[in-house]
Amino acid sequence: MSTKDPSRGLLVSPIRNGTVIDHITAGEALNVLRILGITGSTRECLSIATNVESKRMGKKDIVKIENRELRTEEVDRIALLAPQAKINIIRDYKVVEKKGVEIPEVLKGVVRCPNPGCITNTNEPVESTFEVLPKGLHCLYCDWLIKDDIANHII
Amino acid sequence: MYHIISIRDFERRDLDYLLDRAQEFDTGDYRPGILDDKLVALLFFEPSTRTRMSFATAMARLGGRSIGVDSVEASSIVKGETLADTIRVVGGYVDAIVLRHPKEGAARLASEFASVPVINAGDGAGQHPSQTLLDLYTIRQSMPIDGIDVGLLGDLRYGRTAHSLALALSLYGVTLHTIAPGGLEMPANIALELRERGMEVVEHSDVQEAIRDLDVLYVTRIQRERFPDSASYYNVASSYRITPDHLAGVKDRLMILHPLPRAGEIDPAVDRTPYARYFEQASNGVPIRMALLHEVMK
Repeated sequence: MSTKDPSRGLLVSPIRNGTVIDHITAGEALNVLRILGITGSTRECLSIATNVESKRMGKKDIVKIENRELRTEEVDRIALLAPQAKINIIRDYKVVEKKGVEIPEVLKGVVRCPNPGCITNTNEPVESTFEVLPKGLHCLYCDWLIKDDIANHII
Repeated sequence: MYHIISIRDFERRDLDYLLDRAQEFDTGDYRPGILDDKLVALLFFEPSTRTRMSFATAMARLGGRSIGVDSVEASSIVKGETLADTIRVVGGYVDAIVLRHPKEGAARLASEFASVPVINAGDGAGQHPSQTLLDLYTIRQSMPIDGIDVGLLGDLRYGRTAHSLALALSLYGVTLHTIAPGGLEMPANIALELRERGMEVVEHSDVQEAIRDLDVLYVTRIQRERFPDSASYYNVASSYRITPDHLAGVKDRLMILHPLPRAGEIDPAVDRTPYARYFEQASNGVPIRMALLHEVMK
């Protein structure tokens, strides 16, 4: 068993129930919170660590959310920003579920189409729908391709 | 249910099948009154002359009837009704819907809400598959499409007909030559998609140099509103205008196409040359739309 350097102790304390999102791409923690709809006025107890040293990633971000277990569609959104993120569901201090994030083949209602002429940017009763391609996100309504800066288009 | 929404939805064999069907309708090889119990709604929420009229003509030639809306002002859209609701209601009246709409993706949306087949007759700057089919049909009347050299001239940035045609031609091993004024070049993502589909895309800046090796020259309208002022528009438009002088030394079988309406891109003197095929192209809208209407309602 390795002896931990006390000067490098835990930055944030463990949580009893909730979700720990680990291995978030460094610098993306606040965007992850934004797409989860967690703002400054949230009532949830949050811990955020950013630019933490990581053997695997060099640097990473960590987010801990108490008393909230992430749903699959929320995890899908995180995958866009932090494809290496690991989701740990915690109950009574124990990790009861650990899962990676996976970018789905089709994103519905996750990303807003940047094309102002797209029918999904009107009052029609449809959700934006993008297929995920290696070169970017392709709008299945207007064929627009989002190649970068995906975080800014997340609804 | 069979919808006609985007040229991206078609494989080579689907296109060939529809072109074959159009040829049968063109030569009169069909039962008169074949759609005499059918009614189509022509929902045109944007101005159109030839597309609307050729769909109406095609339906009449098949023995069917058409009803329609000519403008947003004349429809319940002005009362705030969504397109989705309009489509659900109209779908209860007719056997198929032909839709022209200013928003991209409108036809895709309509197909999701319609209880009857939807044919896209142009959605904003998006798709216009029946135009592409009649373009292909016109080329195929003169030569096999496989492996030919096709030039696209004009506004390749915003021109939806050029994008759709290029995508379709990529299924035929065609070499594409693009000739566009600065600022109106084909968008990089479309050129990339064409190359990913295995198409050779060659960019040219000079019309005269490009035209000599072409089998087809497809000219598109350069729109005045794309330029900051009239002077820069006229400057660009005049340097990309096809005149009889450009046609010295071209291939005998060169065909010049244009989706029309034209706004000076082709000198009327070219109309009298054997290369001018754009009016024939426009009339091919009828057999193509007969094939499409019949296909979705048979």
